Amino acid sequence: MKITIDGVEAEVEPGTTILNAARGIGGELVPPAMCYYSKLKGSGGKCRTCLVKVTKGSEKDPRPMPKLVASCQTPCQDGMEIQSVSSPEVVEARKGVVEFLLINHPLDCPICDQAGECHLQDLSYEHGKARSRYEEERRTFDMIDIGDKIKLHMNRCILCYRCVMLAEQLTETREHGVLYRGDRSEISTFIEKAIDNEFSGNVIDVCPVGALTDRTFRFKSRVWFVKPLYAHRDCPTCVGKTTIWLHGQEVYRVTARKDKYGEVEEFICNTCRYDKKSPSDWTIEGPAQISRHSVMSATQYKEGIKVEAPKTIGYGNISPR
Amino acid sequence: MAGKLLLEHINVPGIRTFDVYRAKGGYRAVDKAFKTMAPDEIMEEVKKSGLRGRGGAGFPTGMKWSFLDRSKPEKPRYLVCNADESEPGTFKDRYLMEFIPHVLIEGLILSSFALGSNNTFIYIRGEYKWIIDILETAVGEAKAKGYLGKNILGTGFDCQIHVQTGAGAYICGEETALLESLEGKRGNPRIKPPFPAFFGLYGCPTVVNNVETLAAVVPIINMGGDEYAKIGVGKSTGTKLISACGHINKPGVYEIDLGLPVDEFLNSDEYCGGVRTGHRFKAIIPGGSSVPIIPGDLFLKTLEGNDRLMTYESLSEGGFVSGSMLGSGGFIVMDETTCIVRNLWSLSRFYHHESCGQCSPCREGTGWLEKILHRLEHGHGHMHDIDLLVEIAKKIEGNTICPLGDAAAWPVASAIRHFREEFEYHAKFPNKVSGRFAHVDDYKRELNAIAL
Repeated sequence: MKITIDGVEAEVEPGTTILNAARGIGGELVPPAMCYYSKLKGSGGKCRTCLVKVTKGSEKDPRPMPKLVASCQTPCQDGMEIQSVSSPEVVEARKGVVEFLLINHPLDCPICDQAGECHLQDLSYEHGKARSRYEEERRTFDMIDIGDKIKLHMNRCILCYRCVMLAEQLTETREHGVLYRGDRSEISTFIEKAIDNEFSGNVIDVCPVGALTDRTFRFKSRVWFVKPLYAHRDCPTCVGKTTIWLHGQEVYRVTARKDKYGEVEEFICNTCRYDKKSPSDWTIEGPAQISRHSVMSATQYKEGIKVEAPKTIGYGNISPR
Repeated sequence: MAGKLLLEHINVPGIRTFDVYRAKGGYRAVDKAFKTMAPDEIMEEVKKSGLRGRGGAGFPTGMKWSFLDRSKPEKPRYLVCNADESEPGTFKDRYLMEFIPHVLIEGLILSSFALGSNNTFIYIRGEYKWIIDILETAVGEAKAKGYLGKNILGTGFDCQIHVQTGAGAYICGEETALLESLEGKRGNPRIKPPFPAFFGLYGCPTVVNNVETLAAVVPIINMGGDEYAKIGVGKSTGTKLISACGHINKPGVYEIDLGLPVDEFLNSDEYCGGVRTGHRFKAIIPGGSSVPIIPGDLFLKTLEGNDRLMTYESLSEGGFVSGSMLGSGGFIVMDETTCIVRNLWSLSRFYHHESCGQCSPCREGTGWLEKILHRLEHGHGHMHDIDLLVEIAKKIEGNTICPLGDAAAWPVASAIRHFREEFEYHAKFPNKVSGRFAHVDDYKRELNAIAL
């Protein structure tokens, strides 16, 4: 099937969504996605940041679609013509969505552990406005510890439902979901119970913002002061392929490997994530692939640098203060 | 005037019971259909009748039925009756179900037969607690007389009707949220496509129709689709229940022929009996709270000067600039003592409260609208808030998963379009408005058509 996005033609398989087709092309025209997660069934359609305009429905039925559509949910049709960043309407709608996402977000990036790897930060930088027109009080919630490893900071949540779907699909027991409705809805466990299963830590990785953070890493370091390295180990539960974040010779945290859209490649178990905090637990493969636009690349390793002696390189061992 | 079809025998004592309903010609349609008609013929009659969905959107019912996926005979098909009537200003289904429940049961049997649904659900809102008992009694009576259950009237067709209560969420009146709720999940609207006709209740092909739509199948079968189509004007055929409320002399549920001039409906003694005596007609929401509000004079005559009729087309003439919609028939009349800002705040509070919180424009936008309107109404507003309201409404509209976002945005956009002076008055004289109705006299305006 042939489709055209912003004038770029592409050949796609039947059933591909517009978002995935755009990701296949790459570049500026890829719509941002805050809730869609290719590894999670049924995700997407909620955040509305990936809106695009369909100017021609298909070869058979060339009528344009009446409204902007969520590209993560709309399958491509043969001959479809789509406008992403080239349509002022789409740009305007995305701006609106970003503004909506931010009105109840505390914007506490200076003290948020996610800062630097936060999708909402990137999104508002790319598509948002410099100032908010929101004058009212923001909604607030108390922080909850869901288990001894995960902190839920509901104020920052944008209700993408990714963690809910992960809890439903990756683990056998469903332990957390959404309570209440409207802008009072919150992610929570059943009466603040702990989440307790082998893969629960992945909710931290799928969270696009700093709502779910790793309590073993909280306030230890800014992400751009730690060095991400690909590493692996023989793990009986999961694939064991991870990114470890080194500070000096210390492993500050372990996360799953993420692709360029911030999606986890393969989910990892809690043992790898929380318990293997020594470099000797891991076979280090080399520096992690980080986009050169990311703030984290400021301290990235260059090719060919020996990873055994991180002390001598970069700013990694300089204290943040 | 073809007279009443649904509410014909509403004043007969005991019409709620099977025997009286039967004596007044009830279940005639079922007898006729089961003995002489095939399921496809019923559908054909409904198509011919031009019946349009009475729940608000006005989608042709026959067409909706024909979309039902019949390609997988191993999968059951479901018919779901949407009795989650929660639209502010609408109470027609309640009236129908409360006083003449058998007309709904009869319509459900006919429709289930036409669609091949062996298990039919009535999803009724939890607040209608007493109607649930009425419906269940009616279902029991029909079952005892052999009109429900196994092998109905010897045709070999089995049908059960289950009455299921909602738990008080407006959003569960949206068809996919209703299905989610019926399945026992959180009532979040599904992302479409797939549409319920292919992937509905428990993943099976499903048709969801409003109470009044399904009840209207009964007169269609009794009189024939062609006869039914003769009532009404153009594409708006048949009769419609209108629940009139607000500042009128005779509020209540009226059955009208579509195509009745609005002037007659509002002012004649047969129907609303005119605007509250001694007051002037200011504005109206003609189809339930979700449709745009329009000033009285624009309601009676369109911008071109044509008289408006009670039809889907005529009420929406002029689009969103000077028209409104027939919607679900919640006819809310306001006289000059109404403060539009307060009214709008009240509506926005409702939508804020009822937003499901799934998609961001609606979740955040409805709350924002509500907060700004609260400020304006209570004397803390600014001039720039008015444009901000319009802008927020524009950002919500069309960008959400389900129509609740549109429903929250339209009243805001239309109220500001038609009654901007009132909003400006609220912003300019904050200490005169804080939380009182009294200020309305200060800015009585001439209800002229807006200049385009």
